[in-house]
Amino acid sequence: MSYLKLLTLLVAAFVFAGCSQNTIPDPEPTDTTYGAEDDMGASTSGMDGGDPYGGESFEEDLTAGELGMVIYFDFDSSEVRPEDQDLVARHAMQLGNSPAVRVRLEGHADERGSREYNIGLGERRAQAVRRMLMIQGVTQDQISTVSFGEERPVAFGSSESDYAQNRRVEFKYVN
Amino acid sequence: MLKKLRSLLLASVIFAVPAAADLVIDVEWVAQPTPVAVVPFGWEGQGPAMPLRVSTVITADLRRSGRFAPVSEDKMLQKPTDGVDVDFQDWSFVGVEAVVVGKVIQTDNDQFTLQFQLFDVFGQRQLVGFRMPNVTRATMRGAAHRAADMIYEKLTGIKGVFGTRVAYVTAKQQGDGRVYSLIISDQDGFNEHTIMESTDPIMSPAWSPDSRQLAYVSFEGNKSSIWVQTLRTGNRFSVSSRPGINGAPSFSPDGRKLVVTLGGVDGNLDIYVLDINSRQTTRLTTHRAIDTEGSWSPDGRYIYFTSDRSGGPQVYRVAATGGTPERVTFEGSYNARPRLSPDGTKLAMVHNDRGNYRIAVMDLERRDLIVLSRGRQDESPSFAPNSDSLIYATREGRNGVLETVSADGLIRQKLAARAGGDVREPVWSPFPRF
Repeated sequence: MSYLKLLTLLVAAFVFAGCSQNTIPDPEPTDTTYGAEDDMGASTSGMDGGDPYGGESFEEDLTAGELGMVIYFDFDSSEVRPEDQDLVARHAMQLGNSPAVRVRLEGHADERGSREYNIGLGERRAQAVRRMLMIQGVTQDQISTVSFGEERPVAFGSSESDYAQNRRVEFKYVN
Repeated sequence: MLKKLRSLLLASVIFAVPAAADLVIDVEWVAQPTPVAVVPFGWEGQGPAMPLRVSTVITADLRRSGRFAPVSEDKMLQKPTDGVDVDFQDWSFVGVEAVVVGKVIQTDNDQFTLQFQLFDVFGQRQLVGFRMPNVTRATMRGAAHRAADMIYEKLTGIKGVFGTRVAYVTAKQQGDGRVYSLIISDQDGFNEHTIMESTDPIMSPAWSPDSRQLAYVSFEGNKSSIWVQTLRTGNRFSVSSRPGINGAPSFSPDGRKLVVTLGGVDGNLDIYVLDINSRQTTRLTTHRAIDTEGSWSPDGRYIYFTSDRSGGPQVYRVAATGGTPERVTFEGSYNARPRLSPDGTKLAMVHNDRGNYRIAVMDLERRDLIVLSRGRQDESPSFAPNSDSLIYATREGRNGVLETVSADGLIRQKLAARAGGDVREPVWSPFPRF
């Protein structure tokens, strides 16, 4: 279960609880939406105060450009960093919502060492992301992987920061 | 999807007059080179001069080997073109140990006889006398290399490699992208021919044992596939394009099979033997670690490969018919890309030497490892067919350049790409077949 999904469910549950029990003051009728439809009986009743938590449900446009298309890896590691797990989850959600959409995971390595072994390291990174997507419900048919090893660097220098930019997996949506 | 992809017919360009070499060469040696003289060859034919200064090619070959110091023309007291005119006293006075004389005789519009003789100055005797009657303008450089090979072998006891070729990959920035080229040149850098060009990466070229074909990996279409291309025609065919990784091809000694790395959809890289005709594969390793960079032993019995099953990459070998892999390297934390010398006695690899990736050679009998290169990021060692030296890629600034080094580490040459670009993955051809 993705963190985002979990969070959305919790917020929704919280909001629904508020609606049905009427113990928590409902907010004033504003243009805030709750994600629940009107025919579920969610309505507002005029009481003072408003939501002390400022709770509001939201929807994000997951196809907007803000969704990062690259994640980076530590030296000699194929572990998705904790701070990137949300990003992977959002890709999983997007793919889960659109079964016709396919993604190509392109794994990359820094230039150090042997080229074909680096193909292996890049593939290991792409596979780590692939597994994470599949655990979150993306089907195998939606994902392909390719490793370019050290063949397609984005940074051409030989410093640690160049290397760090090159150890990556890119999400490439195919249609 | 538009993709720039071009396979050139090698045959169509082989007759073109070779442009200036794209590779320039520096030599550096530790051993004391033997002084020799290559006298300018005589010319008997139409026009003022022969199509190619044969003696210049031979002189450059001998100098580049690091084992010989050819004397300059102005030091020569005589310039004979026939053996009968050689005055051993004169050459002894100049201080050379061997003298080469010869001439080029035009017998038809595009037919020449190249003949040469090699003399031992101290022994005052002829060591080699050889005539090549069917030389053309297009083959004259090759004939000169063959003469140099014969001279080199007679004087050193080691088979010369001046007539061999090298395949390598270059990457050049072009607009927003890069252009990758698979190039074959003579081992002195002349006669460069691009046999494949793509905006997607090209990797891991490998010569067939008869040096008529090249296998390589291409990423055209953003997926990997293994191709075999016939050099003479430029025709190529795909031998493996499965889902996931298709990589690291290397020919079997009989030329009928390739050892390859396949990853499949789950990305578990393992070593497979692929029969080129039937496309049938036999899986040799099953470990969940990365197993890659397979390479046959010259006797065909073993396949050496890289595996990180113990943590970091190390060299292992497995019987070519299958079995339990055994570990070969134990020195250091990183040993990858094993390549055996054609005589089967030495193993070259990329070795992490105190944080630097360098070329090392292990004597398979004594098991000792010597580091031969001095860069930070050296890769892709490949033995010359005489097992006496290796070629590899090193970095100079941001670009890869090629170097060769003798297997004892004493003689080193740099081959720098004059046209620029990032040069990588050199592989030395087998001996030409006459």
